[in-house]
Amino acid sequence: MKTDSQIRPGAPTMSYEMRVESEPQATVSEAEALSEGVVVRDLNAWYGSFQALREVSLLVAPRRITAIIGPSGCGKSTLIRCFNRMHEVTPRARVSGQVLLRGEDVYAPGTDSVLVRQRVGMVFQKPNPFPTMSIFDNVAAGLRLNGFLVRRSQVAEAVERSLRQAALWEEVKDKPNRPATELSGGQQQRLCIARALAVEPEVILMDEPCSALDPVATLKIEDLMRELAREYTIVIVTHNMQQAARVSDHTAVMMMAEDRAGEMIEFGPTREVFTYPKDKRTEDYITGRFG
Amino acid sequence: MSGFAYRRRKTVSTVVLGLCASSAFVAVGVLALILGFVLVNGINSLNLDFFTHMPTPLGEPGGGVANSIVGSLLIVGLAALVGIPAGVGAGVFLSEYAGPRLGNVIRFTADVLTGVPSIVVGVFVYSMVVLKMGHFSALAAGIALAIIMLPIMARSSEEMLKLVPRSQREAALALGITRWRTILSVIIPAARRGLVTGGLLAVARAGGETAPLMFTALGNRFFSLSITGGPMDALPLRIWRYGIGPYSEWHQQAWAASFVLVMMVFAISLTARLVLTRR
Amino acid sequence: MQVGRGKSAAGLAGRRPWGTGNLGDALARAVFAGLGLSLLAVALLILYELVLESRRSISAFGWAFLTGTRWDPVDQVFGAAPAIYGTLVSSVIALILAVPISLGAAIFLSEMAPSWLRSPLSFLVEMLAALPSVVLGLWGIYVLIPWVRDPVETWLGGHLGFIPLFDGPPFGVGMLAAGLVLAIMVLPIITAIARDVMQAVPSSQREAMVALGATRWEVILGAVLPYCRSGLVGAVILGLGRALGETMAVTMVIGKGYNITASLFQPASTAASTLASEFNEAAYNLYVSALVELALILMGITLLVNILARLLVWRVARSPEVIAE
Repeated sequence: MKTDSQIRPGAPTMSYEMRVESEPQATVSEAEALSEGVVVRDLNAWYGSFQALREVSLLVAPRRITAIIGPSGCGKSTLIRCFNRMHEVTPRARVSGQVLLRGEDVYAPGTDSVLVRQRVGMVFQKPNPFPTMSIFDNVAAGLRLNGFLVRRSQVAEAVERSLRQAALWEEVKDKPNRPATELSGGQQQRLCIARALAVEPEVILMDEPCSALDPVATLKIEDLMRELAREYTIVIVTHNMQQAARVSDHTAVMMMAEDRAGEMIEFGPTREVFTYPKDKRTEDYITGRFG
Repeated sequence: MSGFAYRRRKTVSTVVLGLCASSAFVAVGVLALILGFVLVNGINSLNLDFFTHMPTPLGEPGGGVANSIVGSLLIVGLAALVGIPAGVGAGVFLSEYAGPRLGNVIRFTADVLTGVPSIVVGVFVYSMVVLKMGHFSALAAGIALAIIMLPIMARSSEEMLKLVPRSQREAALALGITRWRTILSVIIPAARRGLVTGGLLAVARAGGETAPLMFTALGNRFFSLSITGGPMDALPLRIWRYGIGPYSEWHQQAWAASFVLVMMVFAISLTARLVLTRR
Repeated sequence: MQVGRGKSAAGLAGRRPWGTGNLGDALARAVFAGLGLSLLAVALLILYELVLESRRSISAFGWAFLTGTRWDPVDQVFGAAPAIYGTLVSSVIALILAVPISLGAAIFLSEMAPSWLRSPLSFLVEMLAALPSVVLGLWGIYVLIPWVRDPVETWLGGHLGFIPLFDGPPFGVGMLAAGLVLAIMVLPIITAIARDVMQAVPSSQREAMVALGATRWEVILGAVLPYCRSGLVGAVILGLGRALGETMAVTMVIGKGYNITASLFQPASTAASTLASEFNEAAYNLYVSALVELALILMGITLLVNILARLLVWRVARSPEVIAE
């Protein structure tokens, strides 16, 4: 069987072993995305007068990993920040279009952005645990400060569950009250994942989650992602194409237009996008001719 | 290259820099001179009675400044109770909510307010509070000191809150925590060291003020715990009255009271600095 | 308790589990905005109240208040010129004495001091700033005045007595003493700000000068000082602003003369010292109003000076400790 680099010189090699256990990559069905995943329709985003995204449309399949790739500055982070309405936290930022979370538009008038963020969690590029809190308090922060749980026993249960899901429990179970800053970079990132999981979101957004980590930590997080995808819908932004190829079920490719607005040029099952891209620009990007 | 010209430039440099170094030590020397006198003159009159007794009738030796110390604590405590939270709140507004234009206007106003002479604040509070109440009071004095503390706290709080990295705010918001909860439970705790330092420095500054107390608390030779009932004494007021008074026993006590006041102010300032660097 | 999955049923426009929905955020915003605006309110209120209480005096004396030289509570004639004169002159003397030392000390702290010395020395300078004014005044009365009287004024009067500045008997108390205590008060402020301003000069500037073969002083003179020029001027003006409003120490050493003379040896008055000495004795309304007008004028002068200083110093790196002054 030819490897992908033989089919398309320069394309990243996908390791077969990693893909064997997962289900075959189907195209994304719109019905499925509408009812249980995320649908983006004609999304435009601006920072003041600068347009960062133009007419972006995308289907995110539920309980799969969708990767968003593209060169720097093409608006990948802006796009996912629109999923959980973090984009508007920046002064003078605005949006038009729709982002449907299980069919409900998060930008519909009257929608509470706080509720959106409780259903769509986010993990950032640089791990950002709360430095004044312990490991335990960090994971519990979302639960306590949202008023979801207050009884100590319930909180402890939820914290343990989240830490197990984030594959961090064994490493910290003996020292939950130590400051979060004592953990290593990779552990801190898993702590942030646990913190996001504690609130029991439906979708988890990851904005270049491994770019600040060493390769060993990176692999751990990638394994974790695959585990989480059994239950959660995951969207990951990455500038690392090999990572996208390794980890994701579907890939969306973005490019920067001449006026520096970001556009979605292609998306589909990862294997297809990497081996038989439909757009020339995708092919150029993947084979490293630019970007 | 002419060796002579270079050597002359070098000499000029050494001389001027030597003057600069001396200036620094002159500054420190002045401090040492003042503190030295305060220490030497003041420590003789310090004994337990000084801290626990009231002033004795005119001309009689002995007595203490207990009522002044209590008065100072009451007045400054009152001022801090109002001035510090209000100042931190204003700082929160400047750091988290205000747009650039409104923010600049308020910031500018705060900076300008810190430059208003404290005696003018005293005159203002006399007019607004003392005249309306009909008498002097610790409350009026507390208000005056709170007005002095407010802009200081606002600006220093703003600076400290701004130091909390944006990633903290984003992490909290992304968890679906409301804005006000983020400010109260994430940002303010993260900035707490700086905020405490700012508060302590503001208290140290307020505790040493005399002028605004002159027309609001007036001073009192007797012990009083009443916040709104009448004049209240305070350490700086006592130093002032005894310092310019006719009796040498009074002068002695003024030095002793100065020693106590200076020690308190310095202790608070030192604590403030340690909080920032150590804890 | 199912926390997560049940959320979808509530929908995105539903209620939040904690607090009262958007009310919490709106309330918080209102509270903080109120506190922020309170600064404006206080400033405007002070201005308003002072103008209100000065009306009586303003209508009684008009512009003559600013030019009149007689301050006579008995005859009910009030002229503020000597007080204003005293305020300005004592502050100028303070600057003349303090600025060279401040700048020198700031240069030392910023450019010369080894790192182990920098911190404790800066701390000591800031301690000088924390010294209560009344304590400085006490020291002024019993330590400074005798020294000023003899040897300072005696020497100056003996050798330079022909200059009007040093004319007259050496009282000790007077304008010169006031200038000296003010100098001590503003010294740490100017030093701290000047030091911060100098430290903010990028090292690339210094390196460029050094590469040209400049001596250490030339580096400072040529690269550091010009770069932070406006900040230094701002620091001096901020010091001026502080000197203008300073009350206790000045009142205790300036005596109680009320006239405009050239002699530094004469007892004099500043606006602040007049207020401090007379406000509690003011027995009738016109008297109080005149004093409030004096306070208004003092506030006006310091306001102008501070605004000027802030325009120059703003945007320069400052530590909160300095701001607290």
